[in-house]
Amino acid sequence: MQIELGHYLALSAIVFGIGAIGFLVRRNVLVQLMCIELMLNSVNLMLVAFNRYMPDNHAGQLFAFFVIAIAAAEAAVGLAIVISMFRLRKTVHSDRADTLRH
Amino acid sequence: MSGGGEALFAFCALVALLSALGTVALHSPIRAAMSLLVHIISLSGLFLLLHAQLLAALQLLVYAGAIVVLFVFVIMMIGPSVPEPPTMRGMATKTVSVAIMVVLTAILAFSLMPVHMPLIDLGPCLAGEGAECDQFGGVGAMAQSLFMDELVPFELISVLLTVAIVGAIAVARGRSTQEQALAQAKREAQASALAEQTAREQAMAAEVAAHGGHG
Repeated sequence: MQIELGHYLALSAIVFGIGAIGFLVRRNVLVQLMCIELMLNSVNLMLVAFNRYMPDNHAGQLFAFFVIAIAAAEAAVGLAIVISMFRLRKTVHSDRADTLRH
Repeated sequence: MSGGGEALFAFCALVALLSALGTVALHSPIRAAMSLLVHIISLSGLFLLLHAQLLAALQLLVYAGAIVVLFVFVIMMIGPSVPEPPTMRGMATKTVSVAIMVVLTAILAFSLMPVHMPLIDLGPCLAGEGAECDQFGGVGAMAQSLFMDELVPFELISVLLTVAIVGAIAVARGRSTQEQALAQAKREAQASALAEQTAREQAMAAEVAAHGGHG
């Protein structure tokens, strides 16, 4: 069996779906952040796969490079917010982050 | 692609899928983080298959070396969390969202599966070229593209990372006891000023009422 572009794209779509389901179902903020990382990673895989099949420039790989940098910044700020919320609420349960609701 | 490439793809894809499921399904956050680590390593194997050597190395350095370690540190700081009892409303929302996402993902995957494009052969390095071999996805070729075509976004990324570091420190640091005492004093001063103003307004109202009575 020859590996086609479609295989990479389907794998990337499935991993994105798993990440999205995790983000919707889990209520632990840390696990939700990990699911965001899963989704970002799957998009990276898709970009790199497209770039391999159109190798006249490095646009896809450079885009994946920037996505990795932005994911690092996002993880840093997100975890800082988690720590701040834990200090305030003594929990990492996202349903308990409801100060603005009342 | 040779048979070895296909076997590597099958292995990495299987590990990536299983570890992604593990990240979502495993109960304790530290196990989910370890599963995410396995996922990242298998994705870097897929990057190698796609001729993105530099990105595979960066994936390991940045994700496995920095982001997962950051997650593990935060989990260590926070400690084991108490699981909350599931509610009926939560269960209904979860079932609906899982069903919708499964259908959407299945549609997307099945429509993307038959996509076919001719694989362009990149050509191996010449025998005498060695380190100067400027291949697709290698450090030299990526640096050429990064610093010639995409210099402005690259510099903007550095600004973004600086802002993110400053923001993360500002958010996570919390307040020292001195700052807390200052804030407390400020709140008390504001409360007393407010009380004073209310008293003054009441006195004025009483005065107006008294004058009104005379008039």
